[in-house]
Amino acid sequence: MALLEISNLRTYYRVRKGEVKAVDGVDFHADRGRTVGLVGESGCGKTTLAFGILQLLPYNARIVTGEVRFNDELVFRAPLTNELSYYLEHDGGPAVVDAVLARRKQALDRDRTTQAADVLGPLLQEEAYLIEDVEKVLAEDGRDAEATKTALARVIDRRARTMNRGFTRRALRRSMENRMSNLRWSEISMIFQGAMNAFNPVYRIGDQIEEALEAHLDLTPEERDKRIQELFSLVGMRPERAKGYPHEFSGGMKQRAMIAMALACKPDLVIADEPTTALDVIMQDRILAEIRDLQQELNLSMIIITHDISVVAEVSDRIVIMYAGEIVEEGPIVAVFERPAHPYAIGLLGAFPSVKGPKKKLEAIPGSPPDLVNPPPGCRFHPRCRFAQDICQRVVPQLVEVDKGHSARCHFAKEIFTGVMA
Amino acid sequence: MWDVRGLRKLFPLKSGILGSLLGREQYVHAVDGISFKIKKGEILGIVGESGCGKSTTGRLLVRLEDPTEGSMLFHGDDIAALKGSTLRDFRRRVQMIFQDPYESLNPRFTVMDAVAEPLIVHGVTDSIEAREDLVARALEHAELHPAADFEYRYPHELSGGQRQRVAIARAIVLQPEFIVADEPVSMLDVSIRAGVMNLLLRLRDEFHLTLVFISHDVGVTRYMSDRIAVMYLGRIVELASAEEVIQNPLHPYTQALLTSVPVPDPKFQRGRAKIIGELPSPIDLPSGCTFHPRCPYVQEICRTTKPELREITPGHFAECHFAGEVGIAGSPEMASAPSMSAEPEARAT
Repeated sequence: MALLEISNLRTYYRVRKGEVKAVDGVDFHADRGRTVGLVGESGCGKTTLAFGILQLLPYNARIVTGEVRFNDELVFRAPLTNELSYYLEHDGGPAVVDAVLARRKQALDRDRTTQAADVLGPLLQEEAYLIEDVEKVLAEDGRDAEATKTALARVIDRRARTMNRGFTRRALRRSMENRMSNLRWSEISMIFQGAMNAFNPVYRIGDQIEEALEAHLDLTPEERDKRIQELFSLVGMRPERAKGYPHEFSGGMKQRAMIAMALACKPDLVIADEPTTALDVIMQDRILAEIRDLQQELNLSMIIITHDISVVAEVSDRIVIMYAGEIVEEGPIVAVFERPAHPYAIGLLGAFPSVKGPKKKLEAIPGSPPDLVNPPPGCRFHPRCRFAQDICQRVVPQLVEVDKGHSARCHFAKEIFTGVMA
Repeated sequence: MWDVRGLRKLFPLKSGILGSLLGREQYVHAVDGISFKIKKGEILGIVGESGCGKSTTGRLLVRLEDPTEGSMLFHGDDIAALKGSTLRDFRRRVQMIFQDPYESLNPRFTVMDAVAEPLIVHGVTDSIEAREDLVARALEHAELHPAADFEYRYPHELSGGQRQRVAIARAIVLQPEFIVADEPVSMLDVSIRAGVMNLLLRLRDEFHLTLVFISHDVGVTRYMSDRIAVMYLGRIVELASAEEVIQNPLHPYTQALLTSVPVPDPKFQRGRAKIIGELPSPIDLPSGCTFHPRCPYVQEICRTTKPELREITPGHFAECHFAGEVGIAGSPEMASAPSMSAEPEARAT
């Protein structure tokens, strides 16, 4: 069973031009003791996805649909008001609303029995209220679809307004915050992009790690000290370096300290966002080796986010490729590298220069990634795709399984995979 | 075309009045005596880690920096001594492409303004039509077609790849003989990068350009270059044809660098580099061979005597006392087997 499970997640950013659909309907899972590599170019939504897991999103982000579960317990999910509004807007008639509702009720029943329910109580209660309201509307006969839609919109709007009122809003916010702070760092931690700047320059590195320990674990100061020493040896640094300030550390050592900090509370899942991007190649190599060793030693689950497919090739068991807010291909690492089934994945692999093997001509992918405020209709990759047909401009492709555990979001995934199209 | 000898560039550190009175001035040895030649029509790749002096070398070649010592002969004339109008003439013949197209283009200039500026500075033509014509042609050459669509746009309306193409158009609009491209693709996404690299290769063929291509990425440098110079702490430690450096590296640093590059093939088992420690400060350089504190094959002579850049096999230069004798160059098996012994030391640093 998956340790972390994300289903149908949509995270949008409000901007002046409209909404940036940074993550748009992503299903993603991280298995226990495994490393999954999340790859994509800048602006494809990979960091938004990761920040979404830890709820570290900026103020203008909005979770529109979907939910995140950890250890089969709810972490958070989109408010039902958002989710229903989304489906009503996107040609969802009463039938779709019914389906959403049924799913939500089922999830709700399950969530109420878990421990997460203690903290998330107010949220679940609000959901139950709205489900009741919506069911009442759906039960009333003699209305056409259009009228039902209006009535639903009214009910949703009313509920959203209640949820935004002072007391309720604070209660909801607090329950979400509590749930997250139970998870953050003690269960899920993160290695941030640019460790260079992730530390506060005016505090000693050791003290910054201690802060995390103090916040999440119940230890005496001596135990905390001991733990910091352990952590420093674990990542290959002398324990007395914990007394140093960030400016006394080189880039690679800061990155190691960052890893030590991420491991401080013995999390089950570590999310590493571009852990080696700012480092020189020799240091990158050492840090990657370190990450690989620690992952095996501690049986960690990891999500490695990077734009560099060669890094993923080295450390991951599974690869997930994102493009324009969607997952376009995922599967076991060797399978995807050997037989990619999505044209974008093929392009990405063909555009990467290597120092091994004979020198080969690199093929660029024409054009540039789309504007995610108004993504292209149909398949989001079609304007850049050399296989594009009529259907690609009209119909949104679904993830197609081409082999066991290996799927691609392309109308012609099977043809490309079997070599009929090439 | 170029014959560079003993080129040095030291940057003084602020040492205060007392320090300078006591003669304790300190210098950053950015480029510390390098010599190389570049043939016409060749692409020389310079590769190295941050702070190795590769960018300073590039800036010296177009005289954005003045060398502290050494000579740079460009078609036989020493560029290091140029001043005034002769320097201006030289600058018309060389151009530079910078790393970050988000910063190298003035946000308040349209594409037309940006690309036309070198023409104005060098007074190529007084007629506005002729100028616009040249700009349009340069944009077309940089694969921004139709050029008319781009001429009056501002940098913020362009994607990263398009911006870098504008920067390339600006570099070729004067039809220079020689271009220094300093990390021109490292800010670009993978899918865009290959296009810009192929463009540079095509322009080289079309205009018989000579290029110095500076990058920290060995894979990219291999793809772009005819010959590769590997730099370490201000010195060229290895210089040979690109495939020779990749397949048969002779210097222990080059070997470590190549072993460290991740390979986009999940089945490939890469060895671990045997290099130890971290990059020393370029202010207090190690004695003897600057690489000796990190070298797995270090001998007594390395600590005391500075090696010279020697021609080991025809056209293959390396700056190591034991070049060609240490390591089994290029083969991953060599690096993987005994590397575990070096590992505890690496961890201790």
